[in-house]
Amino acid sequence: MSIEIDRINKRFGDFIAVDNVSLTLNDGELTALLGPSGSGKTTLLRIIAGLEQPDSGRIRFQGEDATDLHVSDRGVGFVFQHYALFKHMNVFENVAYGLTVKPRSQRPSKKEIRDKVMHLLEMVQLDWTADRLPSQLSGGQRQRIALARALAVEPKVLLLDEPFGALDAKVRAELRRWLRRLHDEIHVTSVFVTHDQEEALEVSDRVVVMNRGKVEQDGTPEEVYDHPANPFVYQFLGNVNLFHARVQNGVAKIGSVQIAAPEYAGQQDSLALAYVRPHDLEVLNSREEDALHARIDLVSVVGPTVRLELQTDTSDQAVHAELSKHQYRSLGLVQGGDAWIRPVISRVFLRDADSP
Amino acid sequence: MTTQTLGNVANPALAARWRRATSEPDWLRWTLIGISLSFLALFLILPLLVVLYGAFEQGLAVWTAAITEPDALAAIRLSLFVVAIVVPINVVFGVAAAWAIAKFEFRGKSILITLIDMPFAISPVVVGLIFVILFGTQGWLGPWLAAHDLRIIFAVPGIVIVIAFGTMPFIARELIPLMQQQGKEEEEASLTLGAGGWKTFWYVTLPNIKWGLIYGIILCNARALGEFGAVAVVSGRIRGETNTMPLHIEVLYNEYMFTAAFAVSSLLMGLALVTVAIKSVVEWQTERSRRSADTP
Repeated sequence: MSIEIDRINKRFGDFIAVDNVSLTLNDGELTALLGPSGSGKTTLLRIIAGLEQPDSGRIRFQGEDATDLHVSDRGVGFVFQHYALFKHMNVFENVAYGLTVKPRSQRPSKKEIRDKVMHLLEMVQLDWTADRLPSQLSGGQRQRIALARALAVEPKVLLLDEPFGALDAKVRAELRRWLRRLHDEIHVTSVFVTHDQEEALEVSDRVVVMNRGKVEQDGTPEEVYDHPANPFVYQFLGNVNLFHARVQNGVAKIGSVQIAAPEYAGQQDSLALAYVRPHDLEVLNSREEDALHARIDLVSVVGPTVRLELQTDTSDQAVHAELSKHQYRSLGLVQGGDAWIRPVISRVFLRDADSP
Repeated sequence: MTTQTLGNVANPALAARWRRATSEPDWLRWTLIGISLSFLALFLILPLLVVLYGAFEQGLAVWTAAITEPDALAAIRLSLFVVAIVVPINVVFGVAAAWAIAKFEFRGKSILITLIDMPFAISPVVVGLIFVILFGTQGWLGPWLAAHDLRIIFAVPGIVIVIAFGTMPFIARELIPLMQQQGKEEEEASLTLGAGGWKTFWYVTLPNIKWGLIYGIILCNARALGEFGAVAVVSGRIRGETNTMPLHIEVLYNEYMFTAAFAVSSLLMGLALVTVAIKSVVEWQTERSRRSADTP
C-alpha cells in the first residue's frame, strides 16, 4: 500500500515541526526518515499513523484519503521506541491483543488467534516467551514482541519510531539486519524513523533526510550518500572535511589545488566551501603541483583502516583522511611528518544561504 | 585525594571511625525510636483502647443495644448510603481529572491541579457554610429550589454534596502522578492495534492504574465516613433523618450517654481499622507489581 503525504503542515505553538512536506512512499518499500532531533521526522510518522492531526494537508493510503480516519481504523502497525508493551499482560496476550479487541463479528476464533500468535512468535524467534511478562524480557526481545504485536493485525503500513534507539550497539546492529530480512519476507510498506545515518543507509530501500521540518533529500541510500543535495546532507551523512575555496569560471581553487565546478561556470571570484569525505582524500608522500601540503598530527589505526589527522598550511581546522593499512605502510608516512593531500571526489557549495 | 582515601580503608581503626561517621550513635537512635513509639502509644493506641473499653465497659448486651437502637441504625444507614453515592462520583471525577491532567496539554492545567487541592485547604465548617449560602433558604439558589420543592440544605442531598466536595481530591491526587509517570504510549499502542477509546480504557488504562485507584477509593471511603464539620453545618442534625454516624456520636455524647457514644464510635473505628488493613494489603500489592515491572 502506497502512502501519499500531501503538503502536510504541523506546528506546536511557535515551533514548526513539519513544514509543507510532500512525499510519496511506494508500495512494499522500506523507507527511513532520517534527521537530527527536532527535525520533524517523528511528528511526520505520527501524522501518518493518525496519532497526531496535521494542521493542513492530506494523507492518502493507496490513493484513498485517510486524514480524517481515526487511528484505530487506519490499519497501521506502530512500533514505539520504548516498546509500549502492555505491562500487565504476558507476551501471548500482548501479541493477541489486536485480534481479541476486534468486534465479535470480525474476531477470529480462539484457536485461530492461538495459531496466529504462535506463528508470529516463531517468526520473531521468541515462541518460548509466550507465558512471560514483558518485564522478564531484554530490550531487544521486547522490541521483537512489539513488532510481532504490530504485525498480528496484518497492517497495511508498518511504522517504526526509532525502534532500536533504546538498545545497545550490538543488539541494535543485529536487530536492524533482522528487520531488513523480515521486510524482505513480508513486504509490507514500512517507514522507520532514525537519527542514526548508518542504520538508515544499511536497512532502507530509500532514505528521506529531514531537517527543521523540511525534506532535504530523498533517494536511495547510495544516492543520498554519494550525491548529497546540499551541505546539510553532506555533513549529516558521515564525516566530511571542509575546505575554503574560491570559485572562478567553473573552477574552485583551494590554494594551489583546482577542482572543476562546472555548475558555477558563471561565478566570478565567489567564496565557496568544498566538501570532501575522509576516504575521498588522496594522501601523497611527496610534493605535487596540485596537492596541498600538510603536517601529520595524529595517526590512529582502527582495525584495517588508518585515520590521519592533518594540518594544512592555510587552515587551522584539522583535516581527516582515511586509508587502508596497506596504503599507509607503502607510503611510509609517520606522525609529525609531511604529507600532501589531494581531493579525489569533492563537492563545492557556494557560501551563501545555509552555509555552516 | 581519592587514592588516599582508598588506601586508608585498609586501616581498621579508620574504617571503624568511618562507619561511625555514617551511622548515628546508639543513644540517638534509641531516643528517636523511643519518641516516635511513645508518641504513637499516647496518641493512637491509648485512645483506641479507651474507645474499646468505653464501648464494652457495661457488657456486650449494652453495646448491641446501643448500636441497634433506631436512631443509631438510621445514622449507620445514612452514612453507608452517602458513601455509596459519594465514592462512585469521586471515582468518575478522579479518573477523568487525572486522565485530563496526565494525558492532555491544555490551558489552565496548573490551575486545575491547584483547585483539586482546595477541599484540603478549606476548613470543613467553611465548606458547609459555602453550601448553605448557595442552597439555603436565604441563599442564592434558595428561592428557586423552594419554588421547585427541592430540599438540599438540612436534607440528605446537602450531606452528599459537602462530603463529595471534601473527599474530591483523594482519588485524583492518587492517580495523577501515577498516570503522568506511565505516559500515553500504551494507550497509543492499543489505538493503533484497532481498539477504540473505551476498550483501550478498559483493557489498558484501568489495569495499569488499578491499585492506585483502589488505594484512592479506600482513602476516600474512610474520609467520607468520618466527615464531621461540613456535615454538621448543612445537615440540620435531625435525629434519625440527617444524622450521620459522627453526628450521632456527638449527640449521644452531649446527652451524657457515654457508653452508647463509645459503642457507635467503636463501630466507626472498626470500619477505619478494616480500611487501614485493606490499605496495607493494597500498598503491599502495589509495591509488588511495581517491583515486578522494574526487574529487567
